[in-house]
This record gives sequence, C-alpha cells and structure tokens, in this order.
Amino acid sequence: MSAASTLPTWNPLTMWYSDGWTVTKRNLTKIKRSPDMLVFAVIQPIMFVLLFSQVYGGAIQVQGTDYTQFLMAGIFAQTVVFGSTFSGSAMAQDLKEGIIDRFRSLPMSGSAVLIGRTNSDLALNTISMVIMMLTGLAVGWRVNSSFPEFMAGIGLLLLFSYSFSWVMALLGMMVTSPEVINNASFLILFPLTFISNAFVPSDTLPEPLRTFAEWNPVSSLVQAARELFGNVGTAPVPDVWTMQHPFATVLIGISVMLVVFVPLCIRKFASISSR
Amino acid sequence: MSIIEATGLTKTYKSKSGPVHALAGLDLAVPRGTVKALLGPNGAGKTTVVKMLTTLIRPDSGRAIVDGIDVVQDPKAVRRVIGVSGQYAAVDENLTGFENLVMVGRLYHLGGTAAKRRAHELIDLFDLTEAGNRPVKGFSGGMRRRIDLAGALVINPKILFLDEPTTGLDPRSRLALWGVIKQLVTDGTTVLLTTQYLEEADQLADDIAVIDDGRVIAEGTSDQLKAQIGGHRVVVALIDAGHGPAAREVLGRYGEGEPTVSGDGRGIEVAVGDGPWALQHVLADLGAAGIGLHDAGMRRPTLDDVFLKLTGHMADRAAEGDAPDLALGKAK
Repeated sequence: MSAASTLPTWNPLTMWYSDGWTVTKRNLTKIKRSPDMLVFAVIQPIMFVLLFSQVYGGAIQVQGTDYTQFLMAGIFAQTVVFGSTFSGSAMAQDLKEGIIDRFRSLPMSGSAVLIGRTNSDLALNTISMVIMMLTGLAVGWRVNSSFPEFMAGIGLLLLFSYSFSWVMALLGMMVTSPEVINNASFLILFPLTFISNAFVPSDTLPEPLRTFAEWNPVSSLVQAARELFGNVGTAPVPDVWTMQHPFATVLIGISVMLVVFVPLCIRKFASISSR
Repeated sequence: MSIIEATGLTKTYKSKSGPVHALAGLDLAVPRGTVKALLGPNGAGKTTVVKMLTTLIRPDSGRAIVDGIDVVQDPKAVRRVIGVSGQYAAVDENLTGFENLVMVGRLYHLGGTAAKRRAHELIDLFDLTEAGNRPVKGFSGGMRRRIDLAGALVINPKILFLDEPTTGLDPRSRLALWGVIKQLVTDGTTVLLTTQYLEEADQLADDIAVIDDGRVIAEGTSDQLKAQIGGHRVVVALIDAGHGPAAREVLGRYGEGEPTVSGDGRGIEVAVGDGPWALQHVLADLGAAGIGLHDAGMRRPTLDDVFLKLTGHMADRAAEGDAPDLALGKAK
C-alpha cells in the first residue's frame, strides 16, 4: 500500500533541474491566469516609453543624439530593476499563503523554489523588454550597432535583472508581508533609478546628486546598454571609474549579487516557515 | 518500536513581550499504525511540534526520530515518508485542484504519468471532481482543505501529520474528513493530529497527549484520561439562582470535591464516586429543601473536564494574545 518506499532516488542534478522546472511552470501558470500581472508587465513599459519620449523628448537636449535614442536604455534598465522586485513580493506572498510549508515538506531540491521564482521573473522581464523594444522602434528608436552587440546589451540587462531577483527574493523571505516589499522598493528604487543617467545626462544634476548618479550602479548598467545599442551622444563620459568601465562594473555587480545572494537565499529558504 | 519518537524538544521564540517558550521539553512517542492526538488550546505548542517533526523548523534542543530518521540530520529522507496538512491550506490559488496535486506528485518525483494518475485518484477519493478543473481561488474553505489533505496523501505516506485538520469546516465536511482519516488508519497509516476539539480527539485517536505550555501534561486513551478525574458527575439546573448556595451545600454533601457553579448561578455540578446513589440522595435532599429544578442528571466526564482538572483553566483561552501559536499563525 505504501508508495513511499518505492519513490525514486534521483541524483541531485536531475532533481535540481526537474524540480526547478516544475516550480517555474507553476509560476508561469500564475502569470498566465493573473491578467493584472500581465497588464503590469505589458502596459507599463509601453506607457513609460511613450510618456517619456513624447513628454520630455522636446524639452531635454542630449548632445549628439535625440532624446528617444538616449532614453531607451534608461527605460530598459528601470523596468527590469522594478520587474525584479516581483521576486521579493512573490516569495513573501508564497510564505504568507503557506505554500512554502508545502514545498518545504516535500523531498524536493532545496533551491528549486528560488530557481523557479527567478526563472519565471526573468521570463516576465523578457516579455517586458520585447514590448518596450517594439514600442521604442515605433517612436523612432534605432539600434546603431552590430547584431552581436545588440544581443549583448539585451543579455546584460536581463542578467542584471536576474541577479537582482535573488537580492529581492532574500528580502522577500525576511519581511512580514508582501506589501512591505512593494512599499520599500518604491521608496528605494525610485530614487536609485531616477538619480542616475537613465532619463537625463548626469552632468545636468546639481551636487551631490550628480556624484551619486555617477557612482550609481544603475548608471553603469544604462551606460553599458547605451554603448552596446550605439545610442551614446557626443557628450564626454563622466570621469569616474564605474562610468569609464561600465561593462566591468556591471559584470562585477552581477557576479557579486549571484555569489553572495544565491547561497544566502538557499540557506534562508531552509529555515523559513509560514507565519 | 515507535515510528515517531521525540525527547526533550524545546523551542523559544523572541517576541516583543520577551521570550516565548513554545516548547519546554516535550516528549512524545507514537506507535506504528496508531492515531495520536495532540490536544491543547491555542498557544500550547501543538503547531510547533508538528512543524518540528515535519522538518519545517529545527528544535533548539532535544531529538526527534521519524521512521528511524533523525529530523535534523536528514530532513530530506524524512520528507520522503511523510505527508503534511498544515493548519492553513497550503495550496496554490492560481492552479486548479488537479494541477496542485500533479505538482505535488512531480515534486515527490513521481513520473508525469504516475503523478497525473494519482491526482485523478485523489480527486475521486475526496469528491473534488467539479473543483478539479477550476483554479483554487474560487473554492470554499472546506474545498481547499480537502485539496490540501489530498496533497498530503499523494504518496500514501507512512506517517500523516494533520494540524487542526477540521478547523473551519462545517459539520458535514468534518464528518466526511473523519471518515477519510479512519479509512487511512485502517490501511496502516500512522497519524499524528492536533486538535482543539475534544470530541475530535475522542473520535479519531487511539491515544491522546494533552499539551499545555509546551509540555505533555497527561497522556493516555480517552477512557484513561477520563478515569483520572473520577467516575460520574451529578449535574442540576436550578429554577431560581437564589437557591444556589443551598443547592451547592447539598451537592457538596455527596460529591468528591467542591461543586462548581456555572456563570449564571443556576447550573451546579460535582464529581461523585457512585453516580446513581449520589443522584438519588441529591434529588431527595433538594426536594426536601423545596428547591425547584429545571433539569437534573448525571454524566460521564468529558475531555473538557480533564483539561480543566489538569491545567486549572478551560481549553478555550484563545483570546490570550501572547500565545505562541497565535503569534506565529497568520491572521486570516
């Protein structure tokens, strides 16, 4: 009668892959069945591209290029950074609903829930990226670089958002409710993305915002994407290391986030339970 | 040998009002193939015990062995032989009942076909056919509870943990669930369940452990526990509460202890050695004193009486805000 004794013993790699995929599928189904989430992922990027390019396009001068070219990398960066916060609120929500207790009582891979979470959020961010690019192309954005450079730019943005998802997932497991993540990300990420070179050239900002913007990792991400899309103007790049070496800065940032937060997340997950 | 053995389990939580000792050296043994009920009020530590035995939280000290496996040393091996249904239905709101069960099957590493076959079986067993193909979001509490319980049974676990399985269910669903649990036990599953309902422990359990303040304060069969507080109890209901003191004196004459008086002063009760003999005398004396009665009789003690006797307080003290189970459980 008891089937327990006949459960297969899988090697860790098979288990990691299969369980990660099972949870990813579960999360994607959730996205499919929650129209509000799809709207958020689709409508908001369209709105941002249209609002910024049409409203500010005439007012903000960028040396050597037009505002729409300048803007797109900034919008991409802002959208994927905000998109990653969903990993945090979704973990907090799962914890609140008790489904984490179900997962933790199953003999599944200890990282599968986190892998599934970050995977499905990467998928959501990818959808947002595609929508934004199409909208951008419609309002006159052009990629002035080679196809490999273009792909590298997309890859860099998505990789950044993926590693940032792990940071947010850890926070999501530490807070008392999903709302905390939503409110905190609003308070922290809005300044972080706006006090940067994403929407205006950083040399137009007053001190000390200008210094902040120049050292802001989001600025490096935007600068790297701009260079890869061939959307930079003729203005000189600020003379700080992170802006002069945007690729190295972003890759270091991604590595640090993954090396530090993946193990922290897995460790945290092994001890959480619904509250 | 017992399939569940816990010794000296402790767990302390920090809270605003100081440390809360959720478990304070709890010992527990459940023989294979039996049903053990953990009976206690909110905050007694029942949920903490279940979470420890199902590997969700680690004890601060003490040791727990489930099916020969140490829960701290090898949690994954424990998870292969247990099924858990927690206090709150742990189901995915956006998946259908069927999809929830298939997902659980996949995560137990049943093959795709086996997981689907098992999900169909459970949908039939729990009478969820109409709910099987709609997202859980729209279901009633009882329906969610059944899907959650079905999730705990995906692998026919050797040991089933049920944390307050019928809390929030209507009487009909409760009876149906009791039926399913009884069937599982007949098939050889060991069950550890927690409950606040004394009747539920009475109905389902071979053996009851009464828990209070993180310790087992009494253990035994329902009959053994009842025997601890004597045989029968004589109960009278007065027409006029003004006769209370006189009636109390009469019951005290034949009782084995102080009579207790209900809140409105009309109900008086006392434990007695020989029920029929005491009742006859009580009625004769009350009649002679001209004290009118609405009702009178004798009854066997309930587990509520046991609880009151053992702990000095009634089973329901859910209003106490600092109870650990409450502090950790979520408000729904």
